[in-house]
Amino acid sequence: MKNKTRNQCGRRGERIFSNVCILPSLVGVLVFFLIPFCIVIYYSLINNPVMKEFVMLDNYTKLFSNSAFTKAVKNTAFFSLVSVPLSVILSLGLAMLLERNIPGKSIFRTFFLSPLMVPTASVVLVWQVLFHNHGTINQIIERFGGQTVDWIKSPYGQVIIICMFLWKNLGYNMILFMSALCAIPRDIIEVADLEGAGSLYKFLHIKLRYLSPTMLFVLILSLINSFKIFREVYLLTGNYPQDKLYMLQHFMNNTFNSLDYQKLSAAAVLFALVMIVIMALLLIAENIFGKDVEN
Amino acid sequence: MNIRRRRKIADSLVFVFIALAAVLFLFPTVLTLANSFMTSGEISANYGAMFSNMTEAKKVFISENVNLKFIPDKVTFAQYKAVLIQNSDYLMKFWNSVLLTVPITVFQMAVAILTSYGFARYPNKFKGIIFFAYIILMIMPYQVTLVPNFLVADKFGLLDKRSAIILPAIFSPFSIFLLTKVMKRIPVSYVEAAKLDGAGEFRVLTKIYIPLCKGAIVSIAMLVFIDYWNMVEQPLVLMKETSLHPLSVFLSQINTGDIGLAFAVGTVYMIPTVLMFLYGEEDLIEGIAYSGGIKG
Repeated sequence: MKNKTRNQCGRRGERIFSNVCILPSLVGVLVFFLIPFCIVIYYSLINNPVMKEFVMLDNYTKLFSNSAFTKAVKNTAFFSLVSVPLSVILSLGLAMLLERNIPGKSIFRTFFLSPLMVPTASVVLVWQVLFHNHGTINQIIERFGGQTVDWIKSPYGQVIIICMFLWKNLGYNMILFMSALCAIPRDIIEVADLEGAGSLYKFLHIKLRYLSPTMLFVLILSLINSFKIFREVYLLTGNYPQDKLYMLQHFMNNTFNSLDYQKLSAAAVLFALVMIVIMALLLIAENIFGKDVEN
Repeated sequence: MNIRRRRKIADSLVFVFIALAAVLFLFPTVLTLANSFMTSGEISANYGAMFSNMTEAKKVFISENVNLKFIPDKVTFAQYKAVLIQNSDYLMKFWNSVLLTVPITVFQMAVAILTSYGFARYPNKFKGIIFFAYIILMIMPYQVTLVPNFLVADKFGLLDKRSAIILPAIFSPFSIFLLTKVMKRIPVSYVEAAKLDGAGEFRVLTKIYIPLCKGAIVSIAMLVFIDYWNMVEQPLVLMKETSLHPLSVFLSQINTGDIGLAFAVGTVYMIPTVLMFLYGEEDLIEGIAYSGGIKG
């Protein structure tokens, strides 16, 4: 009897230790993210830090009539909508090609992953050389008699950052897909082969289903990374880029400089809400699509 | 026979395609490295046109076209000499990067190991809710998190200090998310065996969990390091004092100014991360492969 209670005490002590382990991180998250974010929500609802009157959604409606904000949202949304699906499709394609029986696989894998480890700032000059008005790409276009474009300054500016984004992120996503492809049970593929299924059928009905959790992860990861594209734009063109390259972070930086807390807070809260909605939609989609495989 | 032959042809086509793509991926890095051995004169002759509107005086020397060049006319270490010895600016900024990135990586990993252990051992509903909150926080971009970070830094008078960037970064949940998934895979039987030998909870952490996750810890630490080595957003918002800025931010200014040195600075800046990559590539790949799937 006595022994038993001591045993339980011991277990409880162990449980408490595992709870205590979480504590430092929880305190940090509360102090640096959660509590200040509640203040941010509060700021987004009042008229100014001195009067502190509630104005409900005024700050939000003001935001939508702010042309800099709408421009930044449009550009960022366009970039994410193009580059995220592209990075998912291309990295899956690469992973499937590398699944084939070709020599030097691990070297190629290293090559594709290498941009991950190279700071963007180090190589940004090369991108400038490539896309400059009299740069390499335009010289190639000229040689074949095409119409040259001043990439950095033209409406095609986003092409550059899409290339840079893909260059940086494809390798990581490719590794994720490669490991997911390896995890597909061989026997299912073999049965499909015996039944005479074509490779398109196998891809759509077997592989894609097993890949769907990874696809969700890659999608979310690419989305997160797509909002970091400001780095590339900043290194390419500085704080005041042309219209098409004006991203959300530019807007935030300018608002930080003018210390307009209301505008900043409303933008941050709005963006957080959008992210939560996107995340929820993706999780729901994955639940519907990938359900029968997981069980 | 025919099918086999067709497959062979397809495979070699794939090989050519993959090889071309792979070379393309390596190209910017190699080009930066190759150009860092050119003389400043050669670089402004080749790329000067890019900045001709800024440096009127040098306009005489340069052609209108920007000529991409791989192999230097004359291999010299002059750029490196200028960057490493003659001008202390670049080394100072490099040192700034180190002073920001190393503490962030070390402390974030320490917090992550402890927290992931907490999440992986004795999971319960409450921990599940906290973990889910961490995932939500993880998907928040800088455009969201920098605003609360700025408020805290302002409140505690940390603006323009390194701690304004370091402190919030230590509690960033990305590494916790990845490491918890790895730790949850450790079989309970290992722990039970250790318990029978009289090991306490702390010993379970240090003698079982940490050694078994060593590869994952190394790989996550590398990912954290490279992410913060690359930082641009945080210093721009949280540090008005440009003398404290890391090299990653400063490089954008070099690129428009001292173009003759930019390639060498860029190469110096990628040395730590590239060395890490060469040293820990296997761990890194395994770590990335582990991380797939947001739920599992």
